[in-house]
Amino acid sequence: MSDASSIQKANPGVNDAILQVDHLSMKFGGLVAIGDLSFQARRGEITALIGPNGAGKTTVFNCITGFYKPSEGMITLNRRDGSSYLLERLPNHEIPARAKVARTFQNIRLFSGMTLLENLLVAQHNKLMKASGYTILGLFGFSGYRTASAESIDLARHWLEKADLVNRADDPAGDLPYGAQRRLEIARAMCTGPELLCLDEPAAGLNPKESMALNALLMDIKDNTGTSILLIEHDMAVVMQISDHVVVLEYGRKISDGSPHAVRTDPRVIAAYLGVEDEDVETVLIEVGDEDVIEQLDTGPDSTHGPDSSSSYFAGPVSDTVGHSEGERVTVSKGASKAGQVDARSGAAARPASPAEAEPAAKPSAAKSSAAKPAAKAPAKPKTPGDSNRGGGNE
Amino acid sequence: MAVTASPERDIVATPMQRATREALYAGAIALGLFVLFIGLRTDQNISNELILVQRWGLLAIVVVLTMAGRFLYVAYGQPFLANQKIVDVATGLLPESMATRFFRLPYFIAAIVIVAVLAFLAGSLDGLLGPGLAGYARFLRALAIIYALASVMFYFRTFIHAHFSALGITALALYPVIVVLVLAVYGGSMAAGFQGSLKWVDNFGIQILIYVMLAWGLNIVVGLAGLLDLGYVAFYAVGAYAYALLGTQYGLSFWILLPAAGAMAAFWGVLLGFPVLRLRGDYLAIVTLAFGEIIRLVLINWREVTNGSAGISGIPKVTFFGLMTFNVSDPNYIAKVFDIATSSAYYKIFLYYLILGLCLLTAFVTIRLRRMPVGRAWEALREDEIACRSLGINTTTTKLTAFATGAMFGGFAGSFFAARQGFVSPESFIFLESAIILAIVVLGGMGSLVGIAVAAMVMIGGTEVLRELDFLKQVFGPDFTPELYRMLLFGMAMVIVMLWKPRGFVGSREPTAFLKESRAVSGSFTKEGHG
Repeated sequence: MSDASSIQKANPGVNDAILQVDHLSMKFGGLVAIGDLSFQARRGEITALIGPNGAGKTTVFNCITGFYKPSEGMITLNRRDGSSYLLERLPNHEIPARAKVARTFQNIRLFSGMTLLENLLVAQHNKLMKASGYTILGLFGFSGYRTASAESIDLARHWLEKADLVNRADDPAGDLPYGAQRRLEIARAMCTGPELLCLDEPAAGLNPKESMALNALLMDIKDNTGTSILLIEHDMAVVMQISDHVVVLEYGRKISDGSPHAVRTDPRVIAAYLGVEDEDVETVLIEVGDEDVIEQLDTGPDSTHGPDSSSSYFAGPVSDTVGHSEGERVTVSKGASKAGQVDARSGAAARPASPAEAEPAAKPSAAKSSAAKPAAKAPAKPKTPGDSNRGGGNE
Repeated sequence: MAVTASPERDIVATPMQRATREALYAGAIALGLFVLFIGLRTDQNISNELILVQRWGLLAIVVVLTMAGRFLYVAYGQPFLANQKIVDVATGLLPESMATRFFRLPYFIAAIVIVAVLAFLAGSLDGLLGPGLAGYARFLRALAIIYALASVMFYFRTFIHAHFSALGITALALYPVIVVLVLAVYGGSMAAGFQGSLKWVDNFGIQILIYVMLAWGLNIVVGLAGLLDLGYVAFYAVGAYAYALLGTQYGLSFWILLPAAGAMAAFWGVLLGFPVLRLRGDYLAIVTLAFGEIIRLVLINWREVTNGSAGISGIPKVTFFGLMTFNVSDPNYIAKVFDIATSSAYYKIFLYYLILGLCLLTAFVTIRLRRMPVGRAWEALREDEIACRSLGINTTTTKLTAFATGAMFGGFAGSFFAARQGFVSPESFIFLESAIILAIVVLGGMGSLVGIAVAAMVMIGGTEVLRELDFLKQVFGPDFTPELYRMLLFGMAMVIVMLWKPRGFVGSREPTAFLKESRAVSGSFTKEGHG
């Protein structure tokens, strides 16, 4: 990853991974928000990034979209025309402009005092700047700008129709109901003409009907524009229904990666969401088909193991504009990882270990993992809930 | 056992009780505020020593007046207003019905009659009524004129509202002509008309239009891009000194130096922009304030170039595009070319149209830019900078262009100012100027050209009008100078406008593009920006 080539490098051969994240780490002072994360998002697919609160999902997004500069690692974006960009090296605003990555925000960030149409026109800024000869030609009313301006309004109208907002095109964005604001933010991101669309909890706060409409919109984007989608989502109904590929994070580390079905039955994922200490993991597991259970129990990191609310205080400033307090609270504390405990306990069960040894064994997987760890994690997959239950008896 | 509410809670205080209580509060506040302002006064005695004069009687009068005023307002004024529904509760504005009651045909005719009678008697007022009453009579005449004009405006209000910009520009274009003609009729000759118009064209017209232009320039930085700039006067100074120095040293023409001054100010705008790019909100305001002070201190202390506090005098006048000049000694002096009487009013009238043209240029460019991607990016930056970056907008260059464009218009205004005064000194570029320009932008409504123009007219014209209130000397004694109270007026106007319309005169913003119909965006949705 320290190759001296330019940010944009020639990429021979077809690469079907639009986004490739390699050994990504993000540290805020002493806190490891993301530790050695590697995954791929394939072109034309919807990739979901899930995990409990504070798992570092938004931090991954902020690294991909340039709001944070990662401490380590490489994020490669392969565009359709064959060019590749190393996103961690591009300045913030060039990631949407050159690498064609667009994003939305967890707490909606619209230009609330501007109309819906204006919001979508701002999104076409770079295209229009060129057409207006960097303002100078446009100021004198050259016709090239006028046609470009008309085209941009047509594109805006197209996306307003897709988002079912065309009737409110001339209303201020701040006047829209919450669900419509979410759709508008997606429409605005699509107006930049992205190849990868990053959605940060698009379904948060939507009612089931709006959620359905959102699914339809996302499927439409995927099928008709060829835009690949990377989304963070807590609403499992959305994730399981539309995503082709799911990556699960816990405490900044990838604990599972695969198809929605494979991930849903992965004990490490279940442990991460439900906790292994629970006596009746087995019964819960039977119910896991019901996503609501996962969602109900998804209440964030256990405060006795995880960090308390002041931990973000230690995270030094990384970006002057995106306070990480706005995003998710991300940290790793030793022994907090439930998935790590699954690993540890299964390891302990395999060996004739004493209860005293089992707890310390939980630590390395969570806190001391080295760069080569993802490979080491793979064998942890074929664990059964029974193993974790036996481990839980050690408490 | 049932719990009963405390009986006192159910009794609503009668207006009298409330009035007494509020009068006491008001009295206490007034006492606290005025005990040092009015109660004590420093003075010099015969041997030049500083002595403290105690004015407890005056203090007591002020406090008692305050209490009485509050008592009467709460006890009688508020119930009356509420009963009569005079003030609209939601908007704080007078409702339509009240205005129709105020503007009536008989009143209008009475006002016209008063104006006519007093104008007819203008020369002999002093003889008829004595100097004291004559002052009041003139004041009454001024009020009658204002009432008559307001009545006419009220009668045509829908038409005025629909064509405000066009009417405003027409009125501004015709203003010097009307002033000269009216004064010529009044004074009996064209020469008297030109001579009398000096005050109206220069002190009112040009002075207001300079501030309109400055405020429109600052509006780009503060109103559109949302970057709070407290040092805007620095660019005004750069423009003024650019013209003053290059004009006096190299004898270059105004028409060459006008764009040069604009370019130089824009350059300084970019220079200031670079270090403050990372700053937001209060920090940005402090740094820009410091920048304004630095420029002023450089102008004072770099004596070899700027001649220090003594300033630069003998700045060449603007020529009529090189065809005619306004110097009496020149062979192509305007009066010689047209063979008319010599008067300094021609230059002032020419300057008036020049600054009007510059203002219109500023407005045109602002309106044009708002509909271009860069203007939309400015407004988007004001709304949400992070979202801007997520859309691929280079916020660095966007901020710099805002600073540069705003500074450029400041530079234009500065070079005009130097040409008009013929003299510049650092005295003209103090922080108070920045504060006044910013106050005009905020009062007018950030981003609104019309609102800002109205605010400049009210604030600058209002302070100029204070100079006209000489009759007040008859009330408060001969050493009363109304001009000294202009900052009080400024402050009062700001407080009143902010209570009445917190987003300025025009709080809504016009969308820059629309699909079906253009609807103004309410001020409650727009943001002020964070730096």
